[in-house]
Amino acid sequence: MNKIKQSINSRKLLKEKLDLFQNKLSYNKTHKMDVPKGLYEKCPTCEKTINKKLNIQNDYICTGCGHHFRMRAVDRIRHIVDRNTFIERGIGYITLNPLFQHDYEEKIAKYKKATQLDEAYIYGHAKIHGQSCVVGVMDSYFLMGSMGSVVGEKVTKTFEYAIYKRLPVIIFTASGGARMQEGIFSLMQMAKTSAAVAKHSRMGLLYISVLTHPTTGGVNASFASLGDIILAEPNALIGFAGPRVIEQTIKQKLPDGFQRSEFLLEKGFIDQVVNRKDMKATLAKLLLLHQKVIS
Amino acid sequence: MNILEKENKLKALEKQIEGLGEAKAIEKIKEEIINYKKNEMTKLTAWDKVLLARHQQRPKACEFIDYLSPDFMELHGDRQFRDDPSIIGGIGTINGVPFTIIAQQKGATTEENIQRNFAMPHPEGYRKALRLMKQAEKFNRPILTLIDTPGAYPGIGAEERGQGQAIANNLLEMSQFTVPIISVVIGEGGSGGALAIGVANKIMMLENAIFSILSPEGYASILWKDASKAPLAAEEMKITAKDLKDFQIIDSIIPEPPGGAHFNKEAVFKETKLSIMNAYNQLKDLTGPDRYYGRNYKIRKYGFLQRFNYDNLGGNDSDIYKNIRNR
Repeated sequence: MNKIKQSINSRKLLKEKLDLFQNKLSYNKTHKMDVPKGLYEKCPTCEKTINKKLNIQNDYICTGCGHHFRMRAVDRIRHIVDRNTFIERGIGYITLNPLFQHDYEEKIAKYKKATQLDEAYIYGHAKIHGQSCVVGVMDSYFLMGSMGSVVGEKVTKTFEYAIYKRLPVIIFTASGGARMQEGIFSLMQMAKTSAAVAKHSRMGLLYISVLTHPTTGGVNASFASLGDIILAEPNALIGFAGPRVIEQTIKQKLPDGFQRSEFLLEKGFIDQVVNRKDMKATLAKLLLLHQKVIS
Repeated sequence: MNILEKENKLKALEKQIEGLGEAKAIEKIKEEIINYKKNEMTKLTAWDKVLLARHQQRPKACEFIDYLSPDFMELHGDRQFRDDPSIIGGIGTINGVPFTIIAQQKGATTEENIQRNFAMPHPEGYRKALRLMKQAEKFNRPILTLIDTPGAYPGIGAEERGQGQAIANNLLEMSQFTVPIISVVIGEGGSGGALAIGVANKIMMLENAIFSILSPEGYASILWKDASKAPLAAEEMKITAKDLKDFQIIDSIIPEPPGGAHFNKEAVFKETKLSIMNAYNQLKDLTGPDRYYGRNYKIRKYGFLQRFNYDNLGGNDSDIYKNIRNR
């Protein structure tokens, strides 16, 4: 009797192992193909149906009208950084639940699984056209890229690492604002990141901030608008208050193109609107222009 | 029963006295009032505190300034666009020490509220505040900020003039000053609009003030799609002075009389003055760089998170990097 039990148990164990192995395999498969579900996608501006694979090959730009789709952080790094030069820093942060929200942890776990990221922000040492710099990227697919304690800490660490290595910083922002689930702690990240930018700036180092769709709320009111040079992608939503909040407050419809990159360029809050195709070349040029000539 | 209903009941009790002639009956009701204040008005929920922080009769920044520094002189304008009436700025002495005082002012009446834009500043207000703070830094004068705002104004003009940029710039510059900065949250501290003048060496809050990332109504409507659940949201968001003291976001709490600051304004002003001078005395003997590093150290600590301990895994960073993610 015991022997039978043992054999059953061992079989169970084996099966579990097999399952695990298979899971790993499937994980690797999904990991390699970074294609979201569904083969076709509709462009929100020109309403053309686009093949997703072609879209990815075209840097997530609509072939019809040049609309810039949102980009995952990993794709962004692949697109901007020289091949095989990105070394991620600051991993292993754990998001906690300071206000004991009842479904916050599950939410985070869900997004972690969906995006394969720890948090809505990754940064690391990288090279662009052979020039060293620190690149940070926010992922708007992770809880709308909202800034909680971990994101704030990692942004601060980005600047501290850059100070330590005397390197320029490039940050791609894409965020709905501070993360309300973490309450006051998220709010204080605004002060923390701004102070980090100030420290980096005092060392005489370059900080380029690239605003992508969408950059609003607490992120817009802290490190995103503090760059020495501020670039933006075409037609990105950039502003402090969201359009819906403004419409509710003033009780009238907003004009077309309000809070878009071109609007901000006209008002004088960003240096240039740069097409995604030219982004890498522009950043490389800026880095080159900021090389130290006089010691 | 929330605090406003309790207040109405108290008023009804006080009205009863007027009709009575007998000394005994009056005394009896007076005792009842005292007991009511002691027992009922001190039991406050988070939502009660929100209501108190927004109370119409709550002392406004102007009254605080009148008491703290009778010789206050107001300075106007950001030198770029216009003067924002929702932020008051100027110089005045407190106990003989000249301070640069910056405050967000709510109106006491509806007309004043409209003129002050309900204490919701535009970018030019923040730029005025920054101008005055830079002036204070130049003349080595301590800075006092009084925070009382529902948030920065969300409007077309404000966005056109760069609300986000103005707030961000304030946050950056305020972390760099070497003069002492003391902040007091006297009513509502709403979101980035409040923080933009609140990066300080010492942050204090009145007992019934709130300091939050967004309004409880907004929180409830975003998370639960129901703005009427705001009382529950207020409880969950941990926005009261006591909670924030526990989180070590603020340094001290200024006590208020039972039922809120408007029951005894004089006492609140007195306590506030005491706390401000106390904080100032702690900061004045430090050197400038010490104050700068102190403030930056304080800011750097904000956050609630944990980092994985690599030592327990017996590998270095790069090994774990390889294991966790193969990109």
